[in-house]
Amino acid sequence: MAVKKRTGVFVCSCGSNIASAVDCNKIAEDLSEYPGVVYSSSEIYMCSDPGQSGMADAIKEHNLDSVVVAACSPTLHETTFRNVSIEGGLDPEECAMANIREQCAWVHAGDMEKATSKALKITKGAVEKVRRNLSLEPISVPVTRKAMVIGGGIAGVQAALDIAASGTEVIMVEKQPSIGGHMIQIAETFPTMDCSQCILSPKMVELSKNKLITLHVMSEVENISGSVGNFKVKIHKKPTYVYPDLCKLCDDCTAVCPTVVPHEEEMGLVDRRAIYIPFAQAIPASFTLDVDACLGLDPIACGKCADVCEAEAIDYDMQPQTWEEEVGAIVIATGYDLYGKENLGEYGHGNYEDVLDGLQFERLCSASGPTEGKIMRLSDHKEPKSVVFIQCAGSRDPEKHCSYCSKICCMYTAKHAQLYKHKVPDGQAYIFYIDIRAGGKGYEEFVQRTVDKEGVVYLRGKVSKVYQEDGNMIVQGVDTLAGQAVEIEADMVVLATAMQPSFGTNKLAKTLKIAQDKDGWLSEAHPKLRPVECVTAGMYLAGTAQGPKDIPETVAQASAAAAKAIILLSKDTLYQSPTVAKTRLSHCTGCGMCVDVCPYNAISYMQNGQVEVNPALCTGCGTCSATCLRDAISVANYTQGQVHDMIATALGD
Amino acid sequence: MANEDFEPKIVALLCKWCSSAGSDLAGISRTQYPSNATPIMVMCSGSVSPLYILTAFKKGADGVLISGCHPGDCHYLEGNYYARRRITLLKNLLGYVGLEPERFQMSWVSASEGGKFAEIMTDFVEEIRPLGPQTKVKAE
Repeated sequence: MAVKKRTGVFVCSCGSNIASAVDCNKIAEDLSEYPGVVYSSSEIYMCSDPGQSGMADAIKEHNLDSVVVAACSPTLHETTFRNVSIEGGLDPEECAMANIREQCAWVHAGDMEKATSKALKITKGAVEKVRRNLSLEPISVPVTRKAMVIGGGIAGVQAALDIAASGTEVIMVEKQPSIGGHMIQIAETFPTMDCSQCILSPKMVELSKNKLITLHVMSEVENISGSVGNFKVKIHKKPTYVYPDLCKLCDDCTAVCPTVVPHEEEMGLVDRRAIYIPFAQAIPASFTLDVDACLGLDPIACGKCADVCEAEAIDYDMQPQTWEEEVGAIVIATGYDLYGKENLGEYGHGNYEDVLDGLQFERLCSASGPTEGKIMRLSDHKEPKSVVFIQCAGSRDPEKHCSYCSKICCMYTAKHAQLYKHKVPDGQAYIFYIDIRAGGKGYEEFVQRTVDKEGVVYLRGKVSKVYQEDGNMIVQGVDTLAGQAVEIEADMVVLATAMQPSFGTNKLAKTLKIAQDKDGWLSEAHPKLRPVECVTAGMYLAGTAQGPKDIPETVAQASAAAAKAIILLSKDTLYQSPTVAKTRLSHCTGCGMCVDVCPYNAISYMQNGQVEVNPALCTGCGTCSATCLRDAISVANYTQGQVHDMIATALGD
Repeated sequence: MANEDFEPKIVALLCKWCSSAGSDLAGISRTQYPSNATPIMVMCSGSVSPLYILTAFKKGADGVLISGCHPGDCHYLEGNYYARRRITLLKNLLGYVGLEPERFQMSWVSASEGGKFAEIMTDFVEEIRPLGPQTKVKAE
C-alpha cells in the first residue's frame, strides 16, 4: 500500500555527542533523497530554541505532514519534539524519533563508517514508520482526585501532608505498626543537632489529625491495575488485634504478657513483649499484638492481655482485610534498611555484642532509647572509654559489598563522635575513613568542629579486622597518611553500615511494575531532569527508596513528588495515548484468541460474535495483534505493516 | 568469503520498557558493542508476530534477536510469556527447515542491564559470524 507523505527529517549532532561518531551531514544528505522525504537538515542542538523553532518553521514552510527527529532516545525528548510538531501544526502522532545517540553514536565510537551506516538504517526505519502513522484523537479519561503514599517515614509523611494541603485526599499505606520510619529512631540530626523526635513527632501528629489523610498501618500493596489518573490498588491489612480508638495506652497488657522477643524499634538492644507499642509517640497511638511472637490467639493458650485490658481494646478475632482503593497518583516512599552486620565477616559477622551499627548507636544515644541516652556497653553495661567508628562498612566496596557511597555516613559518624564526646567527655573517639564527603550546607564546618573542638582522631584508612580479646575489641587497621599499621584496643566499635533499599523493595517494585537500578534502588525517569518521577506515568519517588540521601534531601524530594502528584491531580481529564488496538471487522472471524491473551481484559465480544476493544482499558501492548492469525487487530501506529517496513529497511543496504 | 571477515546483518526487536531502556543505559554508560544489529523498538515482546521473524530472515537477516523484560517483570503483565511460547515454537519450526538455532535468539534484558545488553550483542555477532550468510530462508 503506497502512502504518499511529505516527511521532514531533522538530524541532531547533539554538540559532538552524536557528531563525533556519526556523520550527521551525510545522514541529512542521504535522507533528502529518500522516498517520501521532502525536507532534511542537520542541526547542532535540535532541543535548543533555534533547533525547535527551526523545526516548527520548516513544518509550516515545507508543508510537512510528518517528521522524524534523529537524535537521542525517545525517553528523553519525544515529548519535546511532539510539542514542537503541535506548534508547527501537526498531530503529535506524526512525529517519530530515531535513536541515533544511545543506540548508536555512544556505543559505536571509533568507526564512523559503520556507525553512520547503522544510524542511516535507524533513521530510514523511522521514516518508514511515520509514513503509515495516522493522526489520532487522544483518548480522554477522567482523573481520580486522590493520591496514595506508600511508606510512612519522613518522606511519606512530608509527601502526604503536602498533598493534603492542596485539598486532595491521601491514602497512606505503612507496613509497620506505626509511621515514623527510621528517622524516629535517630537521636539527634546533623548538622544542627535537633532531636529527631522534636522535629518529626509533630508532623506525625499533624498527619494523624488531618481529615484528608487516611492512614493504614500493618498494610501492604498487594496488586495494582489501571494507569495514570486511575489506578486501582489492592491493599492487604494485617490485624493488629487492638482497636486503636479504645486503647488507653495504660501498659497493663505488657505487664502480663509472658513472651519476649527482640525489640525491632530499639534495633534489638532490648526485648519487648508480644503485645507492645513500637515507641511511646507511635501513630496510631495504640498497642499492637505481634501474632508471630504471641503464644496464640486462643484464650485457652494464654489470653492474659485481653483479661487485663479494662478498655476491652483487644480482640483476638480481628481479621485481615483486603480491599481496593482508587487513586490517581502514587508516591512511593519505602525508604532504606541497613546492610546487615552479618555480611561483614571482617568485623565479626555481627557476633560481638560491643560492635554496633549506626542505628543501634543512635538508640543508645537517644533520650527515648533503652538507656535513656546513657552510652553503655551491651556486654557489661560499663561506659566505654574508647570507641572506634568505622566508615564505609559495606559501602564503596564493589568487590565484596555495595559499590555505591551511602552518602550520609561521613556526616552521621561525625555526629556520633560528637554525641559520644558530649556524654563521655573523658572518652576517646577514633574514626577510620576513606574520604570525608561533607557536601552540604554547614556540613564541612560540622566535620571540622568534630576534629578541632571535640578532639576526635580521624585515621585515613580501612580496618582489616575486628576481634575480641579479654572482653575488649581489638581493631586492626591502617593509617595511610602516616603509612603505618594501627591497632587500637577499644571498648566499643560502631560500624557505619551501608544503606540498602528497604526489605520488601524488590517485591513492591515487581507489584507496581517499576524499574530498579543495579543496586535495587527505584529508578527515576531521568537522572537529572525527572528525578522524582517513575518511568510509569503517575508514580513518583520520594526519599531513600530512590537512593541514599539525608533528611533535608529526602524532605525536598518528598515535597517535589507531592507537587508532581498535585499537578497531575489538578486536572479534570487526562489524555491517554491514542495508540491502542483496533479491530478490522472485515477480517475478524470472532475466534477470540485476542480476547484470551489480552492482559487487561480490554477486548470483548460484540453481539455479532466479532470483537471490539475498549480504548480506555487498552494499553497498546500489541499482544493481541501478534496472536491474531488474520491481522484483524492491530495497535494504531504500530501496525504489522509498519514493523515489516522497518525490518525491511534495517536489512537494506 | 572467509567467515572471520563476515559482518552479519542483524535485526534486534527490543521491547520499549525493558530492553530498549537497557540499550539506552548501555549508551549512557558508553559500553561499546558491534554495530551489526539495527534496533527496532516494539511496545512489548508479546507483540512480536512470528511473521516479523520470517520477514527478517526472508529479507536476508543473518540473525534475529528478540529481547524483552525478564519473565515476571513484563510491563504489560504477561506479554513476554506469550513471546516465549511463540518463539520456542517458531525456533523449532525454523530448525526443521535447517536454520541454525544460533541465528534466532531471545533474551531478557531489564532497564538496568546496560552491560548485559552490550554483552548479548557482542556474543550474538560472534556466534553468527562463523556461520556465514544465512541462505535457508532468504528469498532468492
